[in-house]
Amino acid sequence: MNLHEHQAKELLKKYGAAIQEGIAVESVDEAVKAAEQLTQSTGTQWYVVKAQVHAGGRGKAGGVKLAKNIEELKEKAGQILGMTLISPQTGPQGKKVNRILIAQDVYYGDQSAIKEFYISILLDRATKKNVIIYSTEGGMEIEEVAETHPEKVHKEYIDPLLGLQAFQARQIAFNLGLSGQAYKEMVNFVDKIYNAYIGADASLVEINPCLKTSDDKIIAVDGKISIDDNALYRQVELAEQEDKRELEAMEVEAMSYDLNYVKLDGNVGCMVNGAGLAMATMDIIKLSGGEPANFLDVGGTANAERVEKAFRIILKDPNVKAILINIFGGIVRCDRVAQGVVDAYKSIGNIPVPIIVRLQGTNAEEGKKLIDESGLKVQSAILLKEAAEAVKAVMA
Amino acid sequence: MSILVNKNSKIIVQGFTGKEGTFHAEQMIAYGTKVVGGVTPGKGGQKHLDLPVYNTVADAVAATGADVSIIFVPPAFAADGIMEAADSGIRVIVCITEGIPVQDMLKAKKAVENSSSILIGPNCPGVITPEEAKVGIMPGFVFKKGRIGIVSKSGTLTYEAADQIVKAGFGVSTAIGIGGDPIIGTTTKEAVELFMNDPETDAIVMIGEIGGSMEADAARWIQENGNKKPVIGFIAGQTAPAGRRMGHAGAIIGGKDDTAEAKMKIMSACGLHVVASPAEIGAEVAKHIK
Repeated sequence: MNLHEHQAKELLKKYGAAIQEGIAVESVDEAVKAAEQLTQSTGTQWYVVKAQVHAGGRGKAGGVKLAKNIEELKEKAGQILGMTLISPQTGPQGKKVNRILIAQDVYYGDQSAIKEFYISILLDRATKKNVIIYSTEGGMEIEEVAETHPEKVHKEYIDPLLGLQAFQARQIAFNLGLSGQAYKEMVNFVDKIYNAYIGADASLVEINPCLKTSDDKIIAVDGKISIDDNALYRQVELAEQEDKRELEAMEVEAMSYDLNYVKLDGNVGCMVNGAGLAMATMDIIKLSGGEPANFLDVGGTANAERVEKAFRIILKDPNVKAILINIFGGIVRCDRVAQGVVDAYKSIGNIPVPIIVRLQGTNAEEGKKLIDESGLKVQSAILLKEAAEAVKAVMA
Repeated sequence: MSILVNKNSKIIVQGFTGKEGTFHAEQMIAYGTKVVGGVTPGKGGQKHLDLPVYNTVADAVAATGADVSIIFVPPAFAADGIMEAADSGIRVIVCITEGIPVQDMLKAKKAVENSSSILIGPNCPGVITPEEAKVGIMPGFVFKKGRIGIVSKSGTLTYEAADQIVKAGFGVSTAIGIGGDPIIGTTTKEAVELFMNDPETDAIVMIGEIGGSMEADAARWIQENGNKKPVIGFIAGQTAPAGRRMGHAGAIIGGKDDTAEAKMKIMSACGLHVVASPAEIGAEVAKHIK
């Protein structure tokens, strides 16, 4: 689960890390109030208006603007709220901005004393450790830095049993070229953000830029945090913060039915039991001349109710020209699934696209018979190869 | 001989009296697996499915001599269950549970590494040595005894592969579902190594998916060790978009090296027989077995 920037920064603050202060709002009136409040609490005279969407590249896309007084703030908040933000990470359709963050200006004072860094914490699967990745090249895409200046990307591996050690935090601060007060602040900052990463069951904490201010404070100016979905049961407060408007509407609906659905851009819908087989089925569709319209894992209990809900979700996608159902019956019996398909078909009425049902495993023959004798326009198959050929025929 | 489990394995079930544990223990027993008891804290001394229930894994091991454990404990407690099994000297721990938090698994993985146990999973279908022992949730009838080893990240794809192998006229020595999570016990490479050293396995089917570098690591190991047995490979997720989680928590394309395409290229270069379509696994196996 992804957090918005303002939620991520509040989380870091809760764990004791300093942040660029700000208030999230959803209207221009609220923005003005937030700005006044911010001036009172921080003394800031300028404000940064930042679009809150789950995508990077906001600055270049016009989603981050500086306002030097309340009049400008109204104007810029008005421009950003409701805009469709298009960046390389949003795809061509962009993302609607429903919420903005009014943040204090932190780039004050002697400009030559200000430095931007990059810091992130994530899981390194290869070493099975958490890793802190950091660089003096803040404000840029870290992938780009890794490509052009690999020597400027540093890594500190944290043993999960031992946790972050003081010498590691010192090493990071020194490698970032800090000394004096800023060095002490950074050691403390690293410690706090690591605690946030562990405490919140995060799968990613990325702070870019992490700023050394002209008066030697270390603060998070941006924050991107993802929470491990498997840990949401014990991160209830964070789970409640999820902004569902950021998700694909169909995915939210699927989630409410406990179906694992990811929308894609293709023309052949699919419904499969098991994540690996679902991905393999998408591959079969592609090899047969189609493009997968979705990933959909109906899970272990592919009964009539779930099949019907899965059908309805797939059919909402206007791009879908055919549907391939691929079930390997283990504990689930294929005749049950077949009955589910027939019942769902009858309940939905006239399904306008061709359907191919491939049933294999427990009671596969009985399942196939049920489909074949139903009189519905549904093709049946037992071997995966036959299903692939059926898709090919439909696509031709 | 096969690997990991056989007809002499003595198996206990952690989370024995729960719904999942009960259902699958019944299925395992019906298959002929030697289940000797189970563990549910607080229910020690009771009988369940005519078998003894123990409070702790240590008690169960002391009383039954169990060497294999299968875990059906809910996600919040499963990492603890793994560590308990490792601490009690269980040789092979199979964790079926899906949805264990990553930070919990990091600790459990370290605990297993510091013990003499082998962990399979979590979030996996388990291990089956056909006609000897089923320590998992797979449909037993799909697997016929033979000399092809299967290692796979995915459950239903394992069944698919086994079914094609059997329909092509062969059988399975042992099938291992290693699980689809980012942090798992036995890796693809470790499973392949077990099969390479097993005199009853003639060829290996290796099924992977997007995410991580396990398949590439295994492929390189196979080449460095002289490609002693034919390995047939398939990677699911050739059409998966980057950055989106595809069901399995580990199935997310992170960098350019963990795409299906990159993995397939490395596997081919290392002398593995890679199929683009999952429908071709059985036919490809037939090509490489005399």
